[in-house]
Amino acid sequence: MDVGIVSYGAYVPRYRIKPEEIGRIWGVDGKGMGKGLMIYQKSVPSPDEDVVTIATEAARYMMDRVPEVDPKDIGAVYVGSESHPYAVKPTATIVAEAIRATPAMTAADMEFACKAGTAGIQACMGLVGSGMVRYGVAIGADTSQGAPGDALEYSASAGGAAYLIGSEKVIAKINKTLSFTTDTPDFWRREGQPYPLHGGRFTGEPAYFRHITSAAKMMFEAMGTTAADYKYAVFHQPNGKFPTRVAAQLGFTPEQIEYGLLTPNIGNTYSGAVPLGLANVLDHAEPGDRVFVTSYGSGAGSDAFDITVTDEILNYRRDNAPLLEKVMADPVYIDYGTYAKFKGKILMSE
Amino acid sequence: MSTVAREWREIPGRYNLEGTKCENCGSIFFPARDFCPKCRRAGIGKISRYDVCRRGKVFSFSIVHDAPDFNNMLKPYVVAMVQTDDGVMVSAQLVDVDLDKVAIGMPVRAVLRKLSADGASGVIRYGYKFVPDE
Amino acid sequence: MRDVAIIGVGVTKFGELWNKSFRAIGIEAGMKAMEDANLSGNEVDGIFVGNMSAGRFINQQHIDALIADYSGMATNHVPATRVEAGDASGGVAFRQAVMAVASGMNDVVLVGGAEKMTDLDDTSINAIMDSTADAEWEAGMGVTFAGLHAMIAQRMIHDGTATREEIASFAVNSHFHGALNPNAQFRKAITLDTVLRSGPVATPLGMFDCAPISDGAASVVLCPLEDAKKYTDSYVKVSAVAQASDTLSLSQREDITTYGATVAAAQRAYQQAGITAQDIQVAEVHDNYTVAGIMALQDLGFYKRGEAGKAVLEGRCQVGAGPVAVNTSGGLKARGHPIGATGVAQIVEIAEQLRGSADKRQVENAKYGLAQSSGGMGSAVTVSIMEAI
Repeated sequence: MDVGIVSYGAYVPRYRIKPEEIGRIWGVDGKGMGKGLMIYQKSVPSPDEDVVTIATEAARYMMDRVPEVDPKDIGAVYVGSESHPYAVKPTATIVAEAIRATPAMTAADMEFACKAGTAGIQACMGLVGSGMVRYGVAIGADTSQGAPGDALEYSASAGGAAYLIGSEKVIAKINKTLSFTTDTPDFWRREGQPYPLHGGRFTGEPAYFRHITSAAKMMFEAMGTTAADYKYAVFHQPNGKFPTRVAAQLGFTPEQIEYGLLTPNIGNTYSGAVPLGLANVLDHAEPGDRVFVTSYGSGAGSDAFDITVTDEILNYRRDNAPLLEKVMADPVYIDYGTYAKFKGKILMSE
Repeated sequence: MSTVAREWREIPGRYNLEGTKCENCGSIFFPARDFCPKCRRAGIGKISRYDVCRRGKVFSFSIVHDAPDFNNMLKPYVVAMVQTDDGVMVSAQLVDVDLDKVAIGMPVRAVLRKLSADGASGVIRYGYKFVPDE
Repeated sequence: MRDVAIIGVGVTKFGELWNKSFRAIGIEAGMKAMEDANLSGNEVDGIFVGNMSAGRFINQQHIDALIADYSGMATNHVPATRVEAGDASGGVAFRQAVMAVASGMNDVVLVGGAEKMTDLDDTSINAIMDSTADAEWEAGMGVTFAGLHAMIAQRMIHDGTATREEIASFAVNSHFHGALNPNAQFRKAITLDTVLRSGPVATPLGMFDCAPISDGAASVVLCPLEDAKKYTDSYVKVSAVAQASDTLSLSQREDITTYGATVAAAQRAYQQAGITAQDIQVAEVHDNYTVAGIMALQDLGFYKRGEAGKAVLEGRCQVGAGPVAVNTSGGLKARGHPIGATGVAQIVEIAEQLRGSADKRQVENAKYGLAQSSGGMGSAVTVSIMEAI
């Protein structure tokens, strides 16, 4: 049975803030910082947006593109995020209700820092492949938090993408997936704490780079491929710098990662990052295109995917929902005051 | 806590604009009605579920400056009466819109947004709002 | 059915009555009306009280009992009934009382209307007002009461049936009269510019398009017309009390720039009284927002659609300036709008006009006067017509 992507949808909030505006408040050369991180602006959710609403918008776009799929045939909904609005009470049930997939289905929220979305894809692949469900929905979405003044404030943004995983009318076949996982505390947020902490430069070599390159090399070995065998590659992108460097280390060219690299324009969408990058690739993909995907979640692990776009994409009603380029067009730039208001940083009276 | 059941039972309407239709006279009702005010007795037992179209046009609007507490962070914000493509009038907020570009006749579509929350620890209420439909 | 007369009227000052409680203002208005009717109190055999939301404003339910008790009526065990119909609570209470006397069930009835609003903060008060529209599908969606009225105004302007200036001028008219009414909350005439430049509440409506938050009470005493002379020489006849309903939510209407309930209640009232709109010389209409006042003038048949705003802007609704003087009390905007009291206060003003006791705002030779009280978004409307004797 060929298991893969039957449909997808992606959403990014409309508001943006630039690093120079954040730097202006903290006496930091924000522009220089943005340049170093390769983040030129980041998305900001409206006060009425959260992971539920972002995941729902992405999932509705996903369903709009496959009007022939009965949502009642969806047997599983998984939402991966590190900013679920509830600590206890699933995001996934709300999204499932909003796309009318309830009630004969299973659902759960996932958390694995920035890779919970791809973990959901893997879970759905297992359920579909084993015949337990006809379709599974995996969503990666975040409205990530960076402490005011912290380096993360320049990157932590919002967005998400949803994937319908199935075995019928697959537009992109997932040839293989595998993971590389260790216990590496490079970034974390304790229960009840509003902001995550991180190990500074420790997040680089022993964390991001080791896990991504290990998973990627395992995939190359398993598939007997090299970077040259893929048209596109998508890597986790906490900033623009890391994925660019890891791609080069693995032998990918800047052209191969161009469509999959959105962080320079929208910031780090955490669990949404790889799902969004892959969505942008699929927006441009043609039959036969092979896509290499490797996510990364702090804590730490990487999920790698080897994907081939099928002829079915020619029948796929991609235009039933806006392409990601259109979703990201016409942003509204906000100042730090508005940003503070939107992010709920202003203390209001009860 | 007391609002949980009340909010829960309206989920179909609030998330998905689920209304009803009188099969006797064809009238569409949103919010859902179990009793057709036109057919009255003749409509009993003939009310079925109807999904209101999520696209429509602004029929009238206002920019609200004097906001209820739950919308303090959004003010000023736009409210609109939206006539959906299937002719239903829905009153709701219009978000992600430039205040000086809102106009009667503007095409809009429904999205799911956070409407309010019962404090920092209570339940979050989600429901439809509209955004410009380009 | 018996004809009914108003034999006594009483009203408190409207405004922010910080040192007065709900029970204090309620009793003050009632006592004034009883005194005006030359009653000892023992004659009263029924009480009707219009009150919208004491339960939320002052956390006191069961205000019918409270009023009966503090007015001394509980000693005679006089039946007391509280009536709620949003902003029209007072208007509906008056109608219930007229029906009680007309039917013969009661002979002397005290009608009260009262609201104590200022014990709460403005945001909480607005939330209560919002709940007079559809709490679930309008207010709950962030669509405020002011926002709903603003959308009516926006639509009128779009349709070309009123300009922003015409709508705003309703407040100028109300303040012009409020300056002449010693019991009004605002006793200061204003210019059109003041309304247009007032801070936005819900565009296009600003602060001066909206009735204020007020405390106050009003009361009238009713008896059969044939008995009126037993008590006083100064009484008026109730020629009609009509009421009509409409959908709770504005979005359920075919047309949002007219209140069907006002049109229906007016038709019924004119029929009951055997007159037409052209016979009315003085009217109190429900201008909780300026735009609602403009609509009322059209729905009541005083002006054709698209012409009321012009008349108000040109000052033709002021005392002595046109065929019908509108809101000579100052209306909800200037006299004040203690919600439950408003509908009864309108009756008081019309009775004063028809008795010739309206002092500086007196309409000369007024024969018929009309009061229109509207609840929520015109979801409950009463139209009452009084006749000078």
